[in-house]
Amino acid sequence: MTAAPAEALPRVEGDVLLRRVPKLAAAISAAAALALTATACGESSTEANKDEEKGVGLAFDVGGRDDHSFNEAAARGADKAKKKLDVNVEMLTAGNNETEADREQRLTSLAQEGYNPVIGVGFSYGKSIEKVAKEFPDTTFGLVDERVKAKNVDSMIFSEHEGSYLAGVAAAKKTKSDKVGFIGGVNNALIQKFEAGFAQGVKDTDPKIKLTRQYLYPNNDKGFNDPAAAKEKAKGMLDRGVDVIYTAAGQSGAGSIEAINAKKGAWAIGVDSDQYKQPGLKEYKESILTSVVKNVDVAVFELIKSVEDGDPITGINEYTLKEDGVRLTTSGGFIDDIMPDIEKAKKKIASGEVKVSPTPKK
Amino acid sequence: MKKLDKNKLALAIAAPLLAVVAAVLITSLIILATGDDPLLAYQVMLEFGSKSDSQVWIIDKSITYYLSALAVAIGFRMNLFNIGVDGQYRIAAFFAAVVGGALTLPGFLQIPVIILVAMTVGALWAGIAGLLKVTRGVSEVITTIMLNFTAGSLIGYFLQEGRLAEKDGNIFHTPNIPESSHFFTFPTTPDPVDGFIVIAVLVGAVYWFVLNRTRFGFDLRAVGSSQSAAEASGVSVKRMVLTSMVLSGAAAGLVGMPTLLGDSYNYGNDFPTGIGFTGIALALLGRNHAVGMAFAALLWGFLDRTGSQLEIEGFAQEIVEVMKGVIVLSVVIAYELVRRYGLRKQQREVGAELAAQSAGDGTNDKAGVSA
Repeated sequence: MTAAPAEALPRVEGDVLLRRVPKLAAAISAAAALALTATACGESSTEANKDEEKGVGLAFDVGGRDDHSFNEAAARGADKAKKKLDVNVEMLTAGNNETEADREQRLTSLAQEGYNPVIGVGFSYGKSIEKVAKEFPDTTFGLVDERVKAKNVDSMIFSEHEGSYLAGVAAAKKTKSDKVGFIGGVNNALIQKFEAGFAQGVKDTDPKIKLTRQYLYPNNDKGFNDPAAAKEKAKGMLDRGVDVIYTAAGQSGAGSIEAINAKKGAWAIGVDSDQYKQPGLKEYKESILTSVVKNVDVAVFELIKSVEDGDPITGINEYTLKEDGVRLTTSGGFIDDIMPDIEKAKKKIASGEVKVSPTPKK
Repeated sequence: MKKLDKNKLALAIAAPLLAVVAAVLITSLIILATGDDPLLAYQVMLEFGSKSDSQVWIIDKSITYYLSALAVAIGFRMNLFNIGVDGQYRIAAFFAAVVGGALTLPGFLQIPVIILVAMTVGALWAGIAGLLKVTRGVSEVITTIMLNFTAGSLIGYFLQEGRLAEKDGNIFHTPNIPESSHFFTFPTTPDPVDGFIVIAVLVGAVYWFVLNRTRFGFDLRAVGSSQSAAEASGVSVKRMVLTSMVLSGAAAGLVGMPTLLGDSYNYGNDFPTGIGFTGIALALLGRNHAVGMAFAALLWGFLDRTGSQLEIEGFAQEIVEVMKGVIVLSVVIAYELVRRYGLRKQQREVGAELAAQSAGDGTNDKAGVSA
């Protein structure tokens, strides 16, 4: 419809163009008006459906349910709810290169279909949830990793920097070359929290250790969905003698873990889910030292349960190290020998003796 | 002559028809292969896509797509592959957002300033590739792709707290542009249509006019058809390359504007990426034609809109992306097939005519051939 005017243009010769310009403008505005009246007719999709209880609507960030990491943690929470509370779960996935409009539509569709709660996994959903939550005041929304002030939104915030601090302690204790690395998926504020905590943990444990920090993409969400890039970055670090690498990059992390597995004696630190236990990473699990886990699954399950019980959790809810909102996994038993150090660091953070900064020092 | 025109028309209709039929057939087979009902899929798409709020959504989305397709098409028309529209529009939108966030002029001044900054930055960024091509002979395909990464890194550098951005939750973004420079909307129900549609239509009209009705457009198409022939007839190919890269970049500068002025009001980590690549597909699909690309953009908007609905209805989430790929391939192949068929047909007809002529006028073979 936008193009109608080009078709309607009179065939003009160059020299009479000036006289024709008003006509041209008229043709364009007429076509535009036509297009606009056309859009105003017909029923809207919001009128078409009647709400009914459908279950839980889960909207994933890029990478999708099987990203072995962040989305998967949320999915686990929903799966648990499915089993224990007998609710239906619908899951939708974000693509690369999404716009605000796509996210809004995904949430709107879920709320419209009658799903309750509707959970946006990932901070990208912040703005869209703020908007859509207003349009569906009777639906409870969950938002992982971002704060939204609204009556019907449960903002789940995790202290990634505190968990990463412990990972830093573990890395510093385990390195033999005194070189450790950090790979971030996208250089944004959230991943910088991981970087900051990790760097502080390494430094507080042993200031001599050299930390290399790298990001896959400066500001493109593709960084969470590009294992090949992470693999290259990890290889580069390993070649320079780095022997413990902490990768906070969603699905891309799998690539880094694969590269680390190929080098003897090198350790990977995983993120978001216990990556040692991930079926998709089974062949590399002997290289996974530990994982910094955000208990997204617990938070998601709690939200679903609260909605089922008729008393939805809302507001901004912080899941800190102190209350086990973030933790270090011990599967594989690779960090058993340094557990005392980690427990000590954990106590210091919990008591407030050590303050972990959420922003990296430049 | 009249008969030939009729043939031409038939061929012109045959290509898109063939493409549509092939695309529908192939996607139906794919949906069948995934164990679902293709008819149900189309029904869901048509039903959901024709809802009034879907119409608005589709139009709004296609505005950005259309501008991107235009930017790509300007290069395509003279055989320049500007793969860098993606980087050009992002860096253009970024600096436009920085300027827009720093100024507080009245809206009627500030909006043009923001748009002009975007077009200028886009033009400069594309101009680098153009300049390298004409002075050093570097392929624009290589330079524009590399400039995409450079643009991304440059934005990433500046888009940090304490540089040109502020922190808002987990997102870094440039300061918001003042309310006075929000673009107008058409108050349609249930949702308003972005007023930027007017600009998109105007740019489309200018594109059509300049290419088809001006000396410059003729030169540009001439270079596109045959560089050496154009050069021989006095067209400065180098100048044309540089100019069209700059124009393509300026048009690319507009791509981010509907989002910046009508939706996000800042440039942040969440600013859409990758639209420049969508533009390439749409320019191919729309055959670089002002109207064709508009249909292509609307089609893409429709597929985007209905894709997630299909997912809710239980279809595989990838199905819409597959459809998009199939459509682009079908169109490209169908046009090529029809073009070849047309060429052969023309050759046969000309051959037959010549044979008839030389048979009727056997004494003057040479004249018959040269006619």
